[in-house]
Amino acid sequence: MKRVLPILSVLTALLLAYAFYQATWVAPTERTMGDVQRIFYYHVPSAWTAFILFLINLVASVIYLIRRNTKADAVALVSAEVGVVFCTVVLVTGPIWARPVWGIWWTWDIRLTTTLVLWLIYVSYLVLRRFSDSSQTPKLAAVLAIFGALDVPLVYFSIWFFRTQHPQPVIGGGGSIDPRMLHVLLINWLAFSCLALLICCFRYRLEMLQREVQEAEAMESLSDVSGSVIQVPKPASPPNKVAR
Amino acid sequence: MSSLRSITLATLAKDIRLEWGSKDALNSMLFFSLLVVVIFSFSFDPNAEESRQIAGGLIWVAFLFAAVVALNQTWSRELRNQVLDAYRVSPAPANALFLAKALGNFLLVSILEGLMAPLFIIFYNLRALGPAWQLMPVALLGTWALVVNGTFFAAVSLRTRSREIMLPLLLFPISIPAVQSMVEATRIILAGDGSARFWIVLLLTYDVVFTTACLALFETVLQAE
Repeated sequence: MKRVLPILSVLTALLLAYAFYQATWVAPTERTMGDVQRIFYYHVPSAWTAFILFLINLVASVIYLIRRNTKADAVALVSAEVGVVFCTVVLVTGPIWARPVWGIWWTWDIRLTTTLVLWLIYVSYLVLRRFSDSSQTPKLAAVLAIFGALDVPLVYFSIWFFRTQHPQPVIGGGGSIDPRMLHVLLINWLAFSCLALLICCFRYRLEMLQREVQEAEAMESLSDVSGSVIQVPKPASPPNKVAR
Repeated sequence: MSSLRSITLATLAKDIRLEWGSKDALNSMLFFSLLVVVIFSFSFDPNAEESRQIAGGLIWVAFLFAAVVALNQTWSRELRNQVLDAYRVSPAPANALFLAKALGNFLLVSILEGLMAPLFIIFYNLRALGPAWQLMPVALLGTWALVVNGTFFAAVSLRTRSREIMLPLLLFPISIPAVQSMVEATRIILAGDGSARFWIVLLLTYDVVFTTACLALFETVLQAE
């Protein structure tokens, strides 16, 4: 992994530069929206990347619950953190575009709301990981990730119905896209995915190193007291019958 | 199966007896939601038509906040004297404990709703223009939606620092579709504004999905120590 990272870093930098050039100068200007439409090349790839990361988080969480594999847990943590960052980019760039085009910063549209709720769920996931310092954090976090995944379709349906009742400004869906625009969009997506992968790799290494350090510290403190008797907390005596 | 039922009932009976003795949770919830009702009433001062539009939101937000008060006390009672550890090592099925706690909370929040609903009607001058009987399934399904996840996440937040704050942080994002369904259904029924069927079905789906998830994963959470 150590050898791959520099190569990936250079590749990502080149790709990002090329994608930036494409999005700013090569892609045609949109007829009605003008240059503000170019934010689309950052907004949409960020959204796709974030959703993929959240999906990875879910898969890793399920694997952790089944196999109790610590690597899967680290992957879950890392993908959630990076996913929240990309999702934040989506939620920030969206209103910047919406204000000049729709005339409003925010609307309770199906995609906006679902993304916001997804972001909220994953922030609460990270808060849980931060506030819980026992060795059971991975288990609890994995359970929360599954609950979040179950929640998203329900949110989607509720807003879908809500929206059909209250028409909102129409989002730019349904229309056809210029093939040159699609080309730039896909290049940007590739660049953003590489960036996400790169950050995830670094963060994963950092997480593994941190765990090693923690383990080493724990072992050290154990060997410090190895001369004396290690106090094991006495477990509560099991009840004979179920407590009434 | 019979052991699941008898243990559930035994634990539920124990909790009801304890709550009946102290009435801690019920009193604090009642007073809390009374405060919310009065403060909302001051801050909005709506006329009859506006009331119908906003009352659904106010009622359910008040009950959601009040339910958190009760949910936070669910497991903390079991921490004293290591009762929860005793549960963990006992051969009783974990789901019996969960169901008892969830049913206990359901009962508690339902009592609260029964006592607070007349107050809401008085303060906000409410009269349903739609079929009022539909409020019953909305209330039952909605309360269960809040309570089943609330009981579960209260158990999750037991293992965290500052757990009283943790519970709403975990519960509210997951509860968004349920709260929206309750609020919309209540608004539609009060304002006589079409059919609330979609929202009731969505609530039912939410209940089924999350009750299943809670029962499937509770043992993992209980054993996490």
